[in-house]
Amino acid sequence: MNPQIRRLFFVFAALFLAVIGIGTYWLWRAPDLEARQGNPNEVVRQLTIKRGLVLASDGKTVLAQNRKQKVRGRTWFLRRYPNRGLTAQAVGYSTIERSRTGLEESLNDYLTGSNANLSTLVDRVGDKLRGLTQEGNDVVTTLDATAQRAAMQALAGQCGSVVALEPESGRVLVMASSPTYDPNLIEKSFRRATNVSAPCTPASPLLNRATQGPVFIPGSTFKIVTAAAALDSRRWSASSTFEDPGYCIEYGKKVFNYADQSGPHVYGTVDFGEAVENSVNSVFCDLGKALGVRRLLDFTKRFGFYDDPPLETPGEERSPSGLYSKGKLFDPKDPSQVDPGRFAFGQERLLVTPLQMAMVAATVANGGVLMEPHLVDRITSPDGDIVTRTKPDEVRRVMRAKTAAALTPMMVQVVESGTGTAAQISGVDVAGKTGTAETGRDNENDTGFIAFAPADAPTIAIAVFLQDQDGTGGSTAAPIAKTVLETLLRRIT
Amino acid sequence: MTARNRELLNLFVVGLLTACGFASVYLASQDIPEFSTTSLSYAGFFLALFLAAHLVVRYALPLADPYLLPIAGLLTATGLTMIYRIEPGQAFRQGVWVVGGVALFAGVILFLRDHRRLDPLKYTCGVGAIVLLALPALPLIGHTVNGARLWIQVGPVNLQPGEFAKVLLVIFLAGYLRDNRELLSMGFGRAGIPSPKHFGPLLLIWGLAMLVLFQSNDLGGGLLLFSIFLAMLYIATGRWPYIAVGLALFAAGSYVLYHLRDHIANRIAIWLDPWQDPYDSGFQLVQSIYAIAGGGLFGQGLGRGVLISDSGEPYIPFLETDFIYSAITNELGLAGGAAVVLLYLVFAYRGFRIAMLADDGFSKLLAAGLTATLAIQAFIIVGGVTGLIPLTGITLPFVSYGGSSVIANFLLVGLLLIVSDHVNRTAER
Repeated sequence: MNPQIRRLFFVFAALFLAVIGIGTYWLWRAPDLEARQGNPNEVVRQLTIKRGLVLASDGKTVLAQNRKQKVRGRTWFLRRYPNRGLTAQAVGYSTIERSRTGLEESLNDYLTGSNANLSTLVDRVGDKLRGLTQEGNDVVTTLDATAQRAAMQALAGQCGSVVALEPESGRVLVMASSPTYDPNLIEKSFRRATNVSAPCTPASPLLNRATQGPVFIPGSTFKIVTAAAALDSRRWSASSTFEDPGYCIEYGKKVFNYADQSGPHVYGTVDFGEAVENSVNSVFCDLGKALGVRRLLDFTKRFGFYDDPPLETPGEERSPSGLYSKGKLFDPKDPSQVDPGRFAFGQERLLVTPLQMAMVAATVANGGVLMEPHLVDRITSPDGDIVTRTKPDEVRRVMRAKTAAALTPMMVQVVESGTGTAAQISGVDVAGKTGTAETGRDNENDTGFIAFAPADAPTIAIAVFLQDQDGTGGSTAAPIAKTVLETLLRRIT
Repeated sequence: MTARNRELLNLFVVGLLTACGFASVYLASQDIPEFSTTSLSYAGFFLALFLAAHLVVRYALPLADPYLLPIAGLLTATGLTMIYRIEPGQAFRQGVWVVGGVALFAGVILFLRDHRRLDPLKYTCGVGAIVLLALPALPLIGHTVNGARLWIQVGPVNLQPGEFAKVLLVIFLAGYLRDNRELLSMGFGRAGIPSPKHFGPLLLIWGLAMLVLFQSNDLGGGLLLFSIFLAMLYIATGRWPYIAVGLALFAAGSYVLYHLRDHIANRIAIWLDPWQDPYDSGFQLVQSIYAIAGGGLFGQGLGRGVLISDSGEPYIPFLETDFIYSAITNELGLAGGAAVVLLYLVFAYRGFRIAMLADDGFSKLLAAGLTATLAIQAFIIVGGVTGLIPLTGITLPFVSYGGSSVIANFLLVGLLLIVSDHVNRTAER
């Protein structure tokens, strides 16, 4: 019987080794299992890591930090946001129950120090054996706390968003979204945190209106895109003249210019600059028809339309700008499905993010070259070493330098004497363009204003968009842009 | 060094490990770590208990194997420490059961003395096994826990008679197979098929296992009983077709039951894909795998694992019984889990060694059968909670919370040590 017993022992040895084998397999699968919902090990593990700080561009203003709590002999690090709603959408939150959003989610690996390479992994095992706490890296953002605060104050009580960029680097100086929420409340009372009153429905305070949705109709701010396409085609120049009868004819029907009590304006003979300055719909309508939907659409894509705007926030918190049909991005195969005239002055079914429109302004400001926007300036290790630093990155040249140079004085005129005079800043030339878009609801317009300053050597590009306004872009969005621009100009110079 | 001194040394090492384990759990349970002698008193008590067992062995079985008792002790200590960490109140109750187990261990050694006295009782044992298995089916005393009808209530205590039935079954099989091994080995050509009459006992036991399975809804218990039988049949006859036919029969029987009982169908579906329903039917296995993977190589640390939620509920239901291996792996890591598994393997090695040294068929079959019982049971549950095989609820010998299991397994070790002493005594002569 002994040979049988010996064989049976080897069978057991094989079976038990298989158990150790599958244990090893699960260990190897651990990173994938950690990502699954409902894994308490992962939740607790994250809590025992001292997450890095999230800081404003000054490296001092704290946007996210930790609060220590002792639980069963372990130190848990719970997240605190001392500035509450100030950057709640861009920075996001990190909680036990609700997972994470914003930079807290997309930079989680850095913030938890899990950005693994071999040497950090070896350090980690050493730290664990010595019972040391795993520490994350600090994230220094490009956000200017003072300007961000100014933007949030200006937006208070309204539904809208402000995005300010540095044209030559793509640094995001301001990314504000209103209404906002207090990320400190998310853990304890999600309903209380998100139940905010706002003059729009749904209020959606978690929505990052700057990049997500998209929720805004660009209206006449889009004329800068059309104008750039027209000038870049060389079929028109700054000195081209147009005949405005007060309307343009599309599909046999008249589409009128913006109207006030005295009826639709009729401008007669205007040059390109005057058409931009006074936002003459009929001129852009005709330009759109002459350019055609295909060319106009291709030109928007050069600005980044139809792509998720490039940024460090999570992909699901960024939406492409473009034509939308039935809630979905719509890239027409057949140009006849789109009305070229209305498209050209920013109506049709166009929806944009303020970030995208700030990129349009920044491209003109930067001589026609689009820089990739970024929210993170640098990431530093607990010892203070730089882990990564974002370098300015060119996306592409969108238009000829000459086109940008021709557009700038036209946009200066808008603020000097056109529809955007509310954005004037004494001693500084501001180049801008207003937008007032009909939403189809009475007295509820989407208003917008895109601008850059100083016009001769731009350091800031900005986009302001508001929902459900009864005024125009010039009367509602332009003053907010002025406030934020002034704050930023004071800080830069 | 004599066998007994070696055993004593091993037990001291076990005592030291126990002290470290309890102290670690105790310290982790406090917000401000402060040492107390309470934690050490558990270890002291434990050491004293096993010293008593050691003295009984030293007195009655001086030549018995010196590793089996320390292995049983280390596994028991590991279990007690984990139970203390999960639910301190239950650790005390388990401690009482361990005392009972050691008492039975001592009693068997002192009063049975020679395992060959069991030989004439083999049929009594066989009938006893069947009676014990049938007990939970009786009205009044039998009752159902977690879908399995495995328990009887005697006064204030709940017992799982199936745990004792396995030991009786091994005694019966050792005697029966010793008597009939020649007959059972005949009728084979070279790899031929045995004649139907030789299948009689096989079919009988298969029927019994299926009955247990069907009646009590206990896949783990049925699998254990049938595997013990197949292992011993193979040892006795050396005929692998028995194993093949036996496994085929079990698979066929399970297949039929698969369609009769959702319970069993579920287990297999979950095993094939634990994540098809991770919050309901697959919950236990998925959480068990999270716990195992979350332990990493060296674990979260004793007392510091992710086992109990803020509300005081364990993340895995039946954590201290069926899923104690997952808890151990979470806190002690793959290294700790592998150590536990290797303890069972060393136990199997020592047990089979006794069987191989024995010079009579009954001793051989008894030692090998008892050893196989423990190893198979450990594999069924550890393989189950790690997702290697379909999960069936059964206790992890010596480690899981549960009185019947602890007591029955101490009985098993006691018998094994009696055989060992006898074997070494005859070898010396």
